[in-house]
This record gives sequence, C-alpha cells and structure tokens, in this order.
Amino acid sequence: MSTITADTPVGGLPGRRGNSWQLTDLLEQAPGFTALSSTLADLTDEGHPIVVGTADLKFSNGLVRYQQRHPDRFLQFGISEQNMVSAAAGLAATGLQVHVATFASFLALLCAEQIRTDTAYTKLPVRLIGHHTGITLGFYGTSHHATEDLAITRSIANLTVVAPADPRQLSCMLRASVDVPGPMYFRIGRGRDPEVYGAEDLADFSLGRAIRHGAGEDLAIIATGSMVHPALAAAERLRAEGVSVGVVDMHTIKPFDTDTVVDVARAARNVLTVEEHNVIGGLGSAVAEALAEAGVSVNFRRHGIADQYSLVGPPTHLYRHYQLDADGIAAVARQLLG
Amino acid sequence: MTSSTELDQERIQLLEERARFVRTETVRLIDIAKTGHYASTFSCAEIFAVLYYDILRLRRGEPDWPQRDRFLLGKGHAAVGLYPLLADWGFVDHEVLNGYTRLGNPLGDHPDMVNVPGIDFSSGSLGHNLSVGLGMALGARYASEPFDVYVLLGDGEQEEGQVWEAAMAAAHHDVRNLIAIVDRNKYSLDGPTDEINQVEPLPDKWRAFGWNVHEVDGHDIVALTTLLRSIRDGERTAPTVVIAHTVKGKGVSFMEEEFGWHLGWLDTEDERDVHRELEARK
Repeated sequence: MSTITADTPVGGLPGRRGNSWQLTDLLEQAPGFTALSSTLADLTDEGHPIVVGTADLKFSNGLVRYQQRHPDRFLQFGISEQNMVSAAAGLAATGLQVHVATFASFLALLCAEQIRTDTAYTKLPVRLIGHHTGITLGFYGTSHHATEDLAITRSIANLTVVAPADPRQLSCMLRASVDVPGPMYFRIGRGRDPEVYGAEDLADFSLGRAIRHGAGEDLAIIATGSMVHPALAAAERLRAEGVSVGVVDMHTIKPFDTDTVVDVARAARNVLTVEEHNVIGGLGSAVAEALAEAGVSVNFRRHGIADQYSLVGPPTHLYRHYQLDADGIAAVARQLLG
Repeated sequence: MTSSTELDQERIQLLEERARFVRTETVRLIDIAKTGHYASTFSCAEIFAVLYYDILRLRRGEPDWPQRDRFLLGKGHAAVGLYPLLADWGFVDHEVLNGYTRLGNPLGDHPDMVNVPGIDFSSGSLGHNLSVGLGMALGARYASEPFDVYVLLGDGEQEEGQVWEAAMAAAHHDVRNLIAIVDRNKYSLDGPTDEINQVEPLPDKWRAFGWNVHEVDGHDIVALTTLLRSIRDGERTAPTVVIAHTVKGKGVSFMEEEFGWHLGWLDTEDERDVHRELEARK
C-alpha cells in the first residue's frame, strides 16, 4: 500500500505498471487542479489562515498536493459532505479561511441547505469548491453530473458565485477571495480546461467584472467557465465568415455584472448565452433577467443543457452531441443570426 | 467557572434558582409570542443552568471573547430558555429580550448568531450543530488558546444522519475538546421517540462511534454539575457525550410526558398555575 509524503512525486506513486495508469496518475493531466493546490499552498505560505478539506476525493481534485505542502492544514472528512460543509462553517467561525472541495453534484445539491444555513446566512468565509461540474463526469452518469448548481447557488443570498475559465483565472480568483469576507462557491471543471489567458492577460482581473473579448455588432456571446474557450473558438470561426462578434467571459455569476451585459446587448443585434448547465436558472437566466429589467430588446437565445438529463458518454463526445464545442456553438449562433 | 469538585449548598441553590429562572422566563417570553416550545425547554433547564453558571468559561459582557468555551444549541427550538441567560450575562439587552419574536427583534424561536450576541452558532435545522461544533473544536487547534465546545442535541435529533457523520469524524480526528450533551427527554413532535424512530441503544451507538459515554439524570443538579466538572477538568481520551435522562415538560405537572406540550401556549389562568407550581418547587 502506498502512502503520500512530501517526497512523493506527483502522479508517480508506487505501483505504476508499464503503460497502465491508476487514479493518482490523473494528477498529471489536470493543470486546473495543480493551480488549485499550488495557489492555496502559496497563500498558506504567505500567512493566510487557510484550512483545506475534502471528502475522500483528494486525488480527483488534486488537493493531495496541498496536503503534501501543508499536512497540518489539510483535513480529510471522508465521505460525509454535509458534515464537511457544516464543519467548515464551524472552522470559519474560529477565524479560519476554509476551503472545502468535492464533486459539484454533491456539494451544491446534497449540501444545499448546509451551504445556505451554515455558511451563507452566517456570512462566514467558507470557500466551496465544486469541481467536475456540468457534464465533465460524462459516463459516470446523472448522479455525478451537475447542471443545476448555478441555479441553486445563485439563489442563495450572501454567496459569491464564480466559474473560472482556465487554471490561471482560478488562481486569480483564489487570490482575490482573500479579501471576500463572506462565502464563495467556485464552479470548476475537471481541471483540464485549456488555457484561455496568458500570464499578462489577467493583470487587472477583478471579481464581479466581466472580461470582454472584442465587440460585436451582429452577435454578443456571453459564456461562463468551461464554455469560454469554445465560445472564443466559435467566434473565430464566425469572424472568418464575416460576422461581427464579441465574447464576454462572465466569470462571476454573482454579483452579476449587469452593466457589461446591458452594454454589449445594446451594441449587438443578437445575444447568445453559453453554459455547461441547464438553460434554466444559470447564466442564461441571469442575462435574461438583466436585459428584461433594463428594457433591452434583442434577439436572444440561451444555449446549454435544455432542461434534460445528459446522456452518458465521454465528455468530448457529449460536448459535440449537445453542441457545446466550438463547432456546435458556432452552429447555434448561425441559427440565431438567421 | 468553578474548579472545585465539591459542590457547596450555596452553589446548588444558585443553580436550582437559575433553572427555575429558565422555566419562568420561558413562560413569560412564550406569552409574548403566543406560541412556543415549553416542554422541550423545560427538559433542559438544569442543563442550561449548570452550563452557564458553573461549567462554561465565559466573560460577562464579552460574548466574542476568543477564548470562551463555545455552546451550540443543536436543538434550537429551546432557544427561548437560553435568551434570558444571555441577557443575564450582559450579552443581550433586556429591552431586546422583552421584545422576543416581535417584528424585527433578533430573538426568534431558533437562535441566530448573526443578530444575537452570545449565540455561538445558529441552529434550527436539526443535525447540523454537531458538525459545526466539530469544526470549531478543530479550529481550536489553530487558536492560540484552546477552548472547549459543548453541543446540546435533542434525542429526536439523533435521527438525523449528519449527527453520525460528525460523530464518526470527531472520533477519527481525536477531537477531545468536543462535548456533546443529549437531552434524552424521550419525545419529539409527533410522539415518543421510541415509537417515531427508535434511537436506542444510544450509549452503545455513541460508544461504537468511538466516544466516551456518560449517563446522568439531567435534572439532578448535583450529579449533572459533578459530572460536567469532572469532564471539563479531567483527562479526556476521546470526544465525550453525556446522555442526560430528562423529562419532557419537567417542572409543570400537566406538561410532563405530555408530548402535545412540545409546542403550545398557556392562557392567563393556566400561566398563573404554572408560576405557582414552579414557585412551590423552591
């Protein structure tokens, strides 16, 4: 039986055989989770009163790396997510900044009431890291998919809700979270989101302020989290066809950057929202609410999972099936443009 | 906090008087609300009195003193009996106390840490507070001066799965500064717990989860105080649970063991009788 120590090479635990792979080897393939652990460990080194917990998923979310650097600041709660969230609130009540991570399907759905009552109503600095959101757990099935978490967390008062587009943005958010006095929900994927931002791109990153990638007169695509990268790629394809299109990275779902949404919608004839989430209650709903209340009339479509349970399948195949890859998003945009 | 293990007569009388105070104030405050949890509060009146006037390390007028012992009321519906003690400790203004449950008052049927100084954590949804207490007890490890965390649980609350998640984790993490007290009054809203959802054998269950288990008559001031002092001051080898055998509605003859009084209201004449009965117990 292998044990983890500070000297254990990441992804190279004893027991590896030839080209076979085991759970721990997944760590090598998840830069998003490397960013999660290393940023938290750096913040801890810098003196922030951080504690990190998980519910028997330290290899899946890579937090084993954090444990290696700060074993005394890592708490293994075992398979008891509700207990973990309430205990995180108790830890936070003693002055600690507590980060707890588990699959988003369990965190946001199973623990919704603990999040609401124990962390959000109480305004405690608990960071709820929901990973493997949307349909990233592909063939693991509906129990492991999280296409409702934005709708749930968005309706919880006092809770900040963010969805980073790539590892670098996740790091920025974790650093920015140090100054957020209340709880936060981080919606992250399976750690393999391709890079969207270079080192200099996020110099003036700010929670709650959407990032604009170009401006479009024909079309504004507003995307969040994992959908930012394919939305940008779709915009490239559309531009090549002569479409004037801009993309908004709506990395913070709450507080919502209404100004940016209204601004781009007033400048464009069509607005398309893209999210790896049910079209009900998430980004698309938030944009629709903002536009309706601002009195903006625009041709509008919400694109995501159309109020149904996803099929099982490899994630990339599912993205193609649900038109959530670059080609699919471009195709949906062409329909909208007529 | 008193460190002596010997209980003198004066202290016993004080604690008995404080328990009576919990009951009379509960009756008074529920009369303002016109609905409340009499019986659930009466069963833990002695527990409140002993904790707040003998066991907990608190500082008068300093509800946020970082080194204070924490007290979490898992069975939040007994908060009406706790508020008068918080007022007595100078945490809550008496004017606020007298506006219990009125529009905009911070004191509701369940305790609210956001708005009520002295409430160490909110409750109302049963099953959460032992986990919260676990977190606080773990948090004490990072604090400069450790403190103890007491969590008062209902016996009906034992039916919540999260209680056992917390129990398992507390033993696993060897959290010795966590002390749970179960108010074993044998009734929940719909009737006797033995009929609703059998919680026994409770001592065996807690023992099996790795806790040190004590049982006590939860109305016996001397036994309760002696036990809690010995736990507070003694060497602990695991998280500790005290199963306090109590009587639902204790102190008012027509409420005792009458689960309908879990929630109710007394009209003026009955309220007078109740006060007369409580006074007669002196």
